[in-house]
Amino acid sequence: MQQIINFIIRNKTFLLFLLLFSISILFTIQSHSYHKSKFINSANFLTGGVYNSINNISSYFNLKSQNQQLAEENNRLRMVLYGSESKKDSVYFDSIQFTSLYKFTPANIIKNSYSSTNNLLTLNKGAKDSIKQDFGVISSKGIIGIIDRTSNGYATVISVLNTTSQISAQLKKTNHFGTLTWNSESPELVQLIDIPKIAPVQVGDTIVTSGRSSIFPKNVLIGVIEDFKLDQAENFYEINVRLFNDMTNLEHVYVIQNIDKPEITKLLDE
Amino acid sequence: MNNVVSLNIFRFIILALTQVLICNHINFLGYINPYIYILFIILYPLKNNRMLFIFLSFLLGLTVDLFLDSGGINAAAALSIAYARPVILKFSFGMQYEHQTMKLNAVEFGSKFTYIAIMTILHHIILFSLEIFSASRILLVLQKTLFSSIFTIILCLLLSVIFSRENK
Repeated sequence: MQQIINFIIRNKTFLLFLLLFSISILFTIQSHSYHKSKFINSANFLTGGVYNSINNISSYFNLKSQNQQLAEENNRLRMVLYGSESKKDSVYFDSIQFTSLYKFTPANIIKNSYSSTNNLLTLNKGAKDSIKQDFGVISSKGIIGIIDRTSNGYATVISVLNTTSQISAQLKKTNHFGTLTWNSESPELVQLIDIPKIAPVQVGDTIVTSGRSSIFPKNVLIGVIEDFKLDQAENFYEINVRLFNDMTNLEHVYVIQNIDKPEITKLLDE
Repeated sequence: MNNVVSLNIFRFIILALTQVLICNHINFLGYINPYIYILFIILYPLKNNRMLFIFLSFLLGLTVDLFLDSGGINAAAALSIAYARPVILKFSFGMQYEHQTMKLNAVEFGSKFTYIAIMTILHHIILFSLEIFSASRILLVLQKTLFSSIFTIILCLLLSVIFSRENK
């Protein structure tokens, strides 16, 4: 016993080092798996608060480009509103059609990140705005990511620029679907894999979400095909997709809640 | 004594905030960021309680991780260089360090450069291998380490020159 205590006292620095090192490795491994980073995330009171107050200042710097973007979106929505003559003279006879399947909540990104391999963003809306895990996040130009963790006032988003992110996507003109991944090489390009060889893929085609995952509605814009090649087994395409969003300059986003999601997940669990 | 404690508390907070609010948003050429918070570990007083020093370095790394959503990679890297610091000091300064007579702001430039460079490169290698976490992408680790190290070393040398007081 004396020997053991002596050993501990003699090597106390090394043991402390070992203890703290294993704690940090534990946190690292946790952060690599989806939905497990319990303690170390920037959606807590302290870090969220600091980012929020800094964002209050820094949001002025790109006010002009963000205004431009919102004006473009308004313009597009106005065109849709006045362009659809067909429905103007008819009345909804089916009241179920009135209720939308998706609920949108506007939010601001207070911390953006795009240079590491697992990028997480922070939003200034959280559980008190009824935002929960696995809600989708989009901007006016296209897809951004999926909500990971929420605190009372803040939420973190797994960006599409995250090597662990996997989002179901498809070609706009046909219904061939695949998985959207990221190889961490460029913040402008993401990879669409598992598109079957038979699909008519062409450079410049639009990629949209497939609506199969009950996180995103169908036909949310993602990007256009930059180039493509067959994978090693020559059965599926590996497609580089150029994102519509400039992921390095994000401010106003929308969080999407699928109202029917509990029903869908319940059905799938049974 | 009191002065040294308050100076280091001040340094801890300022370096952590500068790191997460400014340095991680530089993204020079897309991915190169300096990690200047290791200046706290580099400039920590030489005569110290080693347990406390190691614990403080861990805490600093964890604070940065908390802001950057990066798990424990900064904590592990900062902790490792804090633990290895005596060895690196002995290597860079030799006899001067063993005789306990030196002060960090009154040493010759060459050995100070060696010291900061070794600390930075060690920190960055651990940081990026944990961040990327895959042996098949070792070239990406080395590339990130090289470019970010150059940036960090230059900034650390400049900052330590600018903020060093002339103690005669």
